[in-house]
Amino acid sequence: MPLWWPLLLAALLFSIGAYGVLARRNAVLVLMGVELMLNAANINLVAFDAYLRDALHSGQIFALFVIVVAAAEIGLALAIVLLVFRTHGHIEVDRLRALADRDEAPEEVRR
Amino acid sequence: MSITVQVLFVLLGLVAVGSAALVVTNTNLVHAALWLVVSLGAVAGVFLLLAAEFVAWVQVLIYVGAVVVLLLFALMLTRAPTGPQPELSTRRALPAAVVAVLVAALLGTTVVAGFSGATIDLRNGEVGSAEVAGASLFRTWVLPFEVLSVLLLAALVGAIVLSRLRSTELSGGGPAIAGQAPDNSEGGAD
Repeated sequence: MPLWWPLLLAALLFSIGAYGVLARRNAVLVLMGVELMLNAANINLVAFDAYLRDALHSGQIFALFVIVVAAAEIGLALAIVLLVFRTHGHIEVDRLRALADRDEAPEEVRR
Repeated sequence: MSITVQVLFVLLGLVAVGSAALVVTNTNLVHAALWLVVSLGAVAGVFLLLAAEFVAWVQVLIYVGAVVVLLLFALMLTRAPTGPQPELSTRRALPAAVVAVLVAALLGTTVVAGFSGATIDLRNGEVGSAEVAGASLFRTWVLPFEVLSVLLLAALVGAIVLSRLRSTELSGGGPAIAGQAPDNSEGGAD
C-alpha cells in the first residue's frame, strides 16, 4: 500500500475536524470535531509505525497515549460544558463572549 | 492479498471521510454523534489494516464505547433538541470551509509530494497484537505510561470538582445568584 494513502486520509479527516471546530455552534459538536482531528493524528502515527517497522512500536504506543489523553480531555471538557450550561442556560460557543469571573455579567452573556 | 487490503483501505477511507463530513454538517445533534461512531469505527478498521490490532480494539472500546456515550450523555444533559436544528453552524461557516479546504489542500499536496514513492510493506511486518504492544509498553515506555496514569487521575479529580461546584460558589455569592437563577430555568425551557 502506498504510504500517502493513509496520510491523505488523515489530512482529509483533520481538515473536516477543523471545519467542525470552526463552524459549529454547539460546544458538544465542537468537541466532536476535536475528536476527528485527534483520530487523524492517530492514523498518521500508526501509518508511520507500519512504514518504518519500528521494533519498539513507538507509533502504535503513542497512538494509545493519544487515545488516553483524548479520553481525559473529553471528560474534562464535558464537565466544563455542563458547568457552562448550568450557569448560562445554553452552550452556544459564539454567544459565550465572557468567561472571566465578574460581579456584573453583561446582559448579552447572561441571557 | 495485497489488492484486497488496498480495496478494503479505500472503502474504509471513503466511509470514514463521508461519515466525518456528515458529523460536521448534520443538522441533527444526535445523528451527528451517531455518524461519529461510523467514522471512528472505520478508522479502527484502518488501524487493523495497518497491522495495529491492539490500537484498533482500544479505539473501538474507548472511542466508540466510551467517548461517544459521554457525548450523547452531554447532549442529553444539556437538553439538546432531538429534531433538526437549522442554525447549528455559525455565520463563520463559509470562512471555516475555506480554511478547511486550504488545510486539506496544503497537507494533502505536502504528504503526496513528500511520500509519493514510499510504500508500506505489510507482508512480513509484525502485527501489533496485545502481546507485542504490552511488551513494548511495559518495557520501553513504562515511564510515560505511569505519567499518563497520573494525568488521568488529575483529569478525573478535575472533572469531579468541576461538576460538584454549587451555583453559589460559581457566582461568588451576593445578588448575582438571584439574577442567575431565573436565567437557568429560562434557558432550559428553550
